[in-house]
Amino acid sequence: MTEAALTPVERSAIVRDGLAVGVATGAYGVGFGAVSVSSGLSVAQTCALSLLMFTGASQFALAGVVAAGGAPLSGAATALLLGTRNTLYGLRMGPLLRWRGWRRAAAAHVLIDESTAMSVNRETTEAVRLGFLTTGVSVFVLWNLATAIGALAGEAVGDPRTYGLDAAVGAAFLALLWPRLKDRRNIVVAALAAAVALTMVPLSAPGVPVLAASGVALLVGVLAKRQDPTEIPGPDDVAGGHR
Amino acid sequence: MWTAVLLAGVGCYLLKLTGLSLPERALAHPAVERVADLIPVALLAALVAVQVGSSGSALTLDARALGLGFAAVALLLRMPFLVVVVGASVVAALARLV
Repeated sequence: MTEAALTPVERSAIVRDGLAVGVATGAYGVGFGAVSVSSGLSVAQTCALSLLMFTGASQFALAGVVAAGGAPLSGAATALLLGTRNTLYGLRMGPLLRWRGWRRAAAAHVLIDESTAMSVNRETTEAVRLGFLTTGVSVFVLWNLATAIGALAGEAVGDPRTYGLDAAVGAAFLALLWPRLKDRRNIVVAALAAAVALTMVPLSAPGVPVLAASGVALLVGVLAKRQDPTEIPGPDDVAGGHR
Repeated sequence: MWTAVLLAGVGCYLLKLTGLSLPERALAHPAVERVADLIPVALLAALVAVQVGSSGSALTLDARALGLGFAAVALLLRMPFLVVVVGASVVAALARLV
């Protein structure tokens, strides 16, 4: 990693890319807002999730488990398990960002798929920080605005089944899963996990089948030999707008 | 519900901060990394299956499956997220009208 200063051209290119990702991904906060309210969370709870949790897949997971009749706490457990991938992003980004104290504490909040993807391959510390911040902050602002709009619109709509909003939840999860299905091992894990979850549905309380499926990840992860090439998202994984 | 929202929100933040604060070798064990990496895949696949294929404690096949089919086709065609999600809703809603 070199420490040469960025030229204005490089700088504006990084900012432009970050803002573009912010607009593209922030916009699906509308979907989250609507889905969350139709799952039974209030508008305030929905907005609190986007402000505090701010990691899309975990937010959808909490709403999804609650929508399926699961206890709120099993929704929280699923959200936390999904949030563990941000810890891995942090391990990669920590030495690249090289922030300490309050800067690190603030940066942690916008540590998500997109900000990692848009900064992990940069050449200098300055470029890493710029890519990380412009992407992270623009996604944060737009994601929260869009969540509020979606939540208020969803509340106005009434019975979500009439508009097929219950089908939107499954579609949203599939879109989140999609970029990870390039690897054959991931496809096997996904198929096994879906089978385990469906098998558990008649046998256990709502919320439990999804948590049980994480056992598939544990088993395959321990038994597998090879490193997975798709673990850290690159710019290609966010360019299509899937989160 | 508020307890779950706040607990999970603070927990997810701490997971991020922990990652940024630990030295990189802390989780360097390949098996740990593979498990952490596969968990999102397993959980998201399970969420898709449960959301679309069950109601309460019963397995079901209804308009939501058609919505999911639309979503899969839209994703294959590299459509944006909102098209995927809104399209799946519309397909399911139309299927219920027919």
